[in-house]
Amino acid sequence: MAEPVSVAADYLAGSRARAARTVLGQVVLPGEELLLPEQEDAEGPGGAGERPLSLNAGARSRVRVVCGPGLRRCGDRLLVTKCGRLRHKEPGSGSGGGVYWVDSQQKRYVPVKGDHVIGIVTAKSGDIFKVDVGGSEPASLSYLSFEGATKRNRPNVQVGDLIYGQFVVANKDMEPEMVCIDSCGRANGMGVIGQDGLLFKVTLGLIRKLLAPDCEIIQEVGKLYPLEIVFGMNGRIWVKAKTIQQTLILANILEACEHMTSDQRKQIFSRLAES
Amino acid sequence: MAAERKTKLSKNLLRMKFMQRGLDSETKKQLEEEEKKIISEEHWYLDLPELKEKESFIIEEQSFLLCEDLLYGRMSFRGFNPEVEKLMLQVNAKHKAEEVEDETVELDVSDEEMARRYETLVGTIGKKFARKRDHANYEEDENGDIKPIKAKKMFLKPQD
Repeated sequence: MAEPVSVAADYLAGSRARAARTVLGQVVLPGEELLLPEQEDAEGPGGAGERPLSLNAGARSRVRVVCGPGLRRCGDRLLVTKCGRLRHKEPGSGSGGGVYWVDSQQKRYVPVKGDHVIGIVTAKSGDIFKVDVGGSEPASLSYLSFEGATKRNRPNVQVGDLIYGQFVVANKDMEPEMVCIDSCGRANGMGVIGQDGLLFKVTLGLIRKLLAPDCEIIQEVGKLYPLEIVFGMNGRIWVKAKTIQQTLILANILEACEHMTSDQRKQIFSRLAES
Repeated sequence: MAAERKTKLSKNLLRMKFMQRGLDSETKKQLEEEEKKIISEEHWYLDLPELKEKESFIIEEQSFLLCEDLLYGRMSFRGFNPEVEKLMLQVNAKHKAEEVEDETVELDVSDEEMARRYETLVGTIGKKFARKRDHANYEEDENGDIKPIKAKKMFLKPQD
């Protein structure tokens, strides 16, 4: 009983900032400060050890670091704002520093620029459609932002249709705006999603897990039967298969796979493959 | 006697362009600064020490696209939606090897084909400027190639 109390007291009293490098992969809580690699050298190990001699003490070469979702800039350090595991990605080409972010889990989506989402058209007013994307406000979608749309040639979009598009404007001060074309003017798979199928909601973390490049779940699901899936970064998944039963099986698998271990998953898939 | 006494010219006159051509650069700069002072005294400003903006080396981004390499959101399996499958191949291939793809897509026209095109081009453009009588020279034979131009028929004088 004494341990947790002392740990908490220590934390509140001193709260020494930890080096980001040492905390990678561990759970971090909101309010923690993290030191970037260049800073920890200067701080020294608590002042007790010897400072290493550096040739140019004044000019420290600093690299650009990107702080991703769950982190904020606080002076020279990173401040954690969401609880989750700290992750880091090395820079691929040249411009250094890499990306730090917190792998957190939540169900509520906040619109972010560049995200591809599934929206439901709720209203048609004048030249724009109001699309519900699960955020605090419905996003606006202009009728000209479809491939091959002109003032005379309007897209065939009705209230209640499903739209797959991306955000061009998404910040806390303005209403989010989305489009269904890319910067070249091509649809690239965006636009109205076809008839039938089933739309259901999952957590945001699951979407990212399923869209990871080496996701086994998607590969195994793809071997079952012909199907089509659309993932929206706002936690919505649309699935369609040949029969209603197959569609429902698919939806159940995707919802449940968040909490299953890989063994349980393999069992279920083998059972399905038999039947 | 006039050389001893310098005519007193007004400030406005001295500020005019033709009067300043003769001055050297230093006096010009001094004049400019004086002018600026006059203007800036009327402008309001904050009497604070100059704040040096700290160059920040940390960039904030709220998007997960930078962090994780995510696949494209639309997927189709076992031929359910052929268009989406084509799209999947395009997008995911772009993901893996961008440079190799660029090289294979560029189709060069071979030299022989170029020469052939130019041969026929002469005929086709020539047709545009030929008069009705000359259209006979531009008839196409079975292959669609233009026949070589025949010798022009001259006026033959009737022999009695």
